[in-house]
Parts: sequence; C-alpha cells; structure tokens
Amino acid sequence: MPEQLVFAMEVFLNGLMAGVLYALVALGFVLIYKASGIFNYAQGVMALFAALTLVGIMEGQVPFAHLINAILGTEIHHFGWHMPGILAILFTMAVMVGLAWIVNTLIFRHLVNQEPIILFMATIGLAYFLEGFGDIMWGADIKKLDVGLPQGINLWIDETTFNIFDYGFFIDNLDIVATVVAALLVCALVIFAQYTKQGRAMRAVADDHQAALSVGISLNFIWVMVWSVAGFVALVAGIMWGTKSGVQFSLSLIALKALPVLMLGGFTSIPGAIVGGLIIGVGEKLFEFGFGPMLGGATENWFAYVLALLFLVFRPQGLFGEKIIERV
Amino acid sequence: MLDASEGYTTEDGRKIGGVVMEMKNITLRFGGVVAIQDISFDIRQGEIRAIIGPNGAGKSSMLNVISGFYHPQEGEVWYKGAKRPAMKPYEVARQGIARTFQNIALFEGMSVLDNVMTGRIRQMNSGLFAQAIWKGKAEREEVENREFVERIIDFLEIQHIRKTPVGRLPYGLKKRVELARALAAEPSILLLDEPMAGMNVEEKEDMSRFVLDVNDEFGTTIALIEHDMGVVMDLSDRVVVMDYGKKIGDGTPDEVRTNQAVIDAYLGVAHD
Repeated sequence: MPEQLVFAMEVFLNGLMAGVLYALVALGFVLIYKASGIFNYAQGVMALFAALTLVGIMEGQVPFAHLINAILGTEIHHFGWHMPGILAILFTMAVMVGLAWIVNTLIFRHLVNQEPIILFMATIGLAYFLEGFGDIMWGADIKKLDVGLPQGINLWIDETTFNIFDYGFFIDNLDIVATVVAALLVCALVIFAQYTKQGRAMRAVADDHQAALSVGISLNFIWVMVWSVAGFVALVAGIMWGTKSGVQFSLSLIALKALPVLMLGGFTSIPGAIVGGLIIGVGEKLFEFGFGPMLGGATENWFAYVLALLFLVFRPQGLFGEKIIERV
Repeated sequence: MLDASEGYTTEDGRKIGGVVMEMKNITLRFGGVVAIQDISFDIRQGEIRAIIGPNGAGKSSMLNVISGFYHPQEGEVWYKGAKRPAMKPYEVARQGIARTFQNIALFEGMSVLDNVMTGRIRQMNSGLFAQAIWKGKAEREEVENREFVERIIDFLEIQHIRKTPVGRLPYGLKKRVELARALAAEPSILLLDEPMAGMNVEEKEDMSRFVLDVNDEFGTTIALIEHDMGVVMDLSDRVVVMDYGKKIGDGTPDEVRTNQAVIDAYLGVAHD
C-alpha cells in the first residue's frame, strides 16, 4: 500500500475522533434549541464552567477564595481534600442542575414568547456573566484535569496497524473513550426523548406551550430539566476537552467550532450534530493533510467555516434539519 | 332549582349525578373591561353542559377560568366538593380537567399517536430510569396506556392517521385529534372550546355525534362552548346563556329557547 494512503487513513481516523469532540459540544446546542427555541451561545462557557467546577471540587479549592481573602483579610485557599473523580462529577452535576434552575428562574422564565433574537442576546449575556463568574469563583489560571481517563497512545492499535502496514497509527486513548462516551450519550438522549414521559413532555413543550399546559405539563419543570440536560452534556464535553488540553479560558471558544457543525447537521437534529461533527472533524484533518502544505498550513482554523458557508448557500437547513417553509 | 347532592333524569332517560364543579359569583376583569360579571352555575356528573352566547359574551373567558388559564378577581371555584385555590393550568389539568382549544393547540411535529399519548401523562407514575429501560411498572403502565389510547383512537375513527404528523392533517381531523388527546386523560370534566367552529355541516354532524358518543360510552362530564344555537340545543342537557359578561339564562334547552332575555340577546331588541 502506498505510504501516502496509509498516512491519510491515520489522519481520517484522528479526524473522526476530533469530530466526536465537536459533536459533543454541538449536542448541547441542539438539545436546548429543540426544546425551547433558544440558541444557547453560552453552551461553550457552560462546558468551561463545568470543567472549572469539577477541578475545583476535586482539588478541594475554596470557591471565591480571592474575594473572601481580599474582603476578610484571611488566607484560605483549600479545604484540604482530594476527591475521587466520580464523586466530584456527581457534585458538579448537582451544581449544573442548580445553575439550570437559576438561569431559568432569573432569566428565561421572564422572556417567554419573546423574539428568538432577544433570547439569543440573553444567552450572550449569560455567556459573559458565566465566564467572569467562573473566574471569580475558581481563579483564572490554567488547571490540569485528570478524572482517571486513560490517555496517551493506544498500543494495541499501534501494534496491529504496524503489523499490517508497517506503520503504527497514533490514536489517543482519550479520543477512543470520548467516542464511546459520545455514543452512549446519544443513545441515552434518544431513549430519554422518545420513550420516557419526561422526554415526551419535553417534545410537547417545544411544540406548543398552551397545549402542553392543558395536558398537565409544568413548563418551568421542563425548562429546568432541559437546561440541566444541556448542563450535563456541557460537563461531559468539559471533561473531555479539559482532560485533552487543560481547563482554561479557550475552552469556551470550542463553542465557535460547534457552529459550523450545527450548520452542517441542522440545528434541530441530534443525529445531525453527530454526523456534522464527524464531517467537520474528518474534513478539516484531511484537507490539512492534502492541501495544507500547498496553502501554507493552518487550514484547520478556517476550513470548517468555509464548509459551513457553502452549506448555507446550497442547503441552509443543514443535512438533517427541518426545512423551513413559511406560508404567506 | 336542583338540589346540590341529588341528580336528575334527562328527557332521554340518562341519570345525571350530583355537582362536580360549581362556579360561585365569578367576576373577571381585564383592566377596566369586565369580561365576566358575577356569574354562578354548576356542572353535574355525567351531563353535557353548554355555555352559549353571542361573540364577546365571555364564554371563552369562563372556560379559561375553569381550566386555570385566567384567575377571577372575585368568586370561588368549587371542584368535587372543595374550594379550589388559585392554580396554574397544568395543576388544573392534573386534577382531571381536560380541554380543547378554539384555535387548536396540538403538537404539530409529533404523530397523532404521540399527541394522544401526551394526554396520558397524568397516568404515568413510574420512575425515569424504569421507563428508559422499559422494565417492571413502567412496562405495565406503558402497555395499559397504549391500550387505552388505541381504544380512543378507534372510537374517534382516526386509526388510519395514527402515525401521521399532526401538522399534515386537515382542520376537521385536527379537531378530532385534540378531542382524542383530551379524552385520553380520562378527565372528570372535559371542556370543549367551540368544537364545531370553522366546520362544514357534515363535519359538525360528525363532531356532534362524537360528543354524544363520548358522553354515552365513557360517561364523561362535558362542558362545551358554542355560539351556534342549533348544535347546542340538540346536544346539551342544560345550557348557560351569557351576554356581555352576564348570565341571562340557565336551564334545559327548551327553557332557554323560550326565555325572552335570550331571544333578545340573539335576535336583538326593537328600540321603539
């Protein structure tokens, strides 16, 4: 087999894995958009906030330590515990549910029936607030996140491919874990939405508020639930990205990478988010591999957006989105 | 006047029970506009109770008070022998009061079957996890609910569109799906907001038949609003007549038909 083709295969696989991580972020967007018509700009920041909180709880950091010390003149920074990852994840999830409740009660409850653009602006506000709040709460330094996920080269794949192609593929264990987790997450979400009472209620609320009320569905409960689920997805994305590249401010920018994914997959489709993520992941890696050298490299920075632009021109609803037809 | 605890027998021989719901001196204002002024009436077990009146009489407002979408400034709502505190619409629904809407409120993106299934939310109590893995109580419940829903779908003759997304259905069928969803809740009171509005004669006849059959087959207590006098007089056991937010008549269709105030409201009074 020609050497170039083998390299391309490795690039392809790595692209798939990167795509899964994009899809994880995009999923959070789709969930909230489907259930409440809100395009949640804050999804990326929620992932950052979740990761910060997780690290903070694991390391026993005192929240608002700087603020407390500055006001009271004390010197406290740590509770002095090191919590196991799984326990800390549970606590972080509780925090995300609390956040969902606060966000709904303080902001979106009061914006029912507003224009989508107003809701969107509110989420931008939420994003900036949460970013600053996370900083004050846990500090702005880059943190290492290790909840015990396997990391580093997968030796089995390396050996197997070496025996076949005479060239060992480099596939990160973390990416494999992310893929499995994403697959499980999607299955769980689909089962939840299709087969449970709460999922059915969620779809009902997304469709018609009045009708939902008339069959006995509490809108507030459903909204808090949806934001909690989005918080959970943000937490999963935060763990994966945080483990990969450290918990830092730039984590919130992955939300921007989710935009082209959504334009490709469609804003209303869970499978769309996955397929869109994979296409973007594979596309940008292969493009860089094939044309990067010719174009002076760094094509990964813009490839996804150009692809999204093309989609906007030829298929604005995305691959799986609902076609928008307005009767006049 | 009828006694509160005792029922009565209709002309066609059906036994009507005691009072399920009683509205006592309800007054509803929107700013300076009085939509409902000091109205009292009751709804009895198993009867078809109509609220009629010309456009703008306050009929829909009254229905919205019953179903918790509006809260009256004055007056009390008594339900099953107890005074009902101010409730949100979803809480009222959970107490067993189902309704349809004048301008149809369905889940357009969901299939007919799914729409009707949402009506059963009150009857689903198993845990989230049990539902997800489809075991034990959840499985039993889902099967029971499905059976009941299928029975209603059969009953209202909408089997052929079970899997069709509601958004694609014509108006008359949508109205029927909405009725099916409300029925699926096994309501103690079924509120119908202008069930025949916008229908042609044939559809009206179909709908009338369904309303009567529902009452007959499931013994459902029905309160309906309609401004088409003809339909109402044939369907209902007792009628409340409203005009400009006031009650101007209450009684059997025959009593109401001969009531001078009602005739005036509908035909107008000669000012001479």
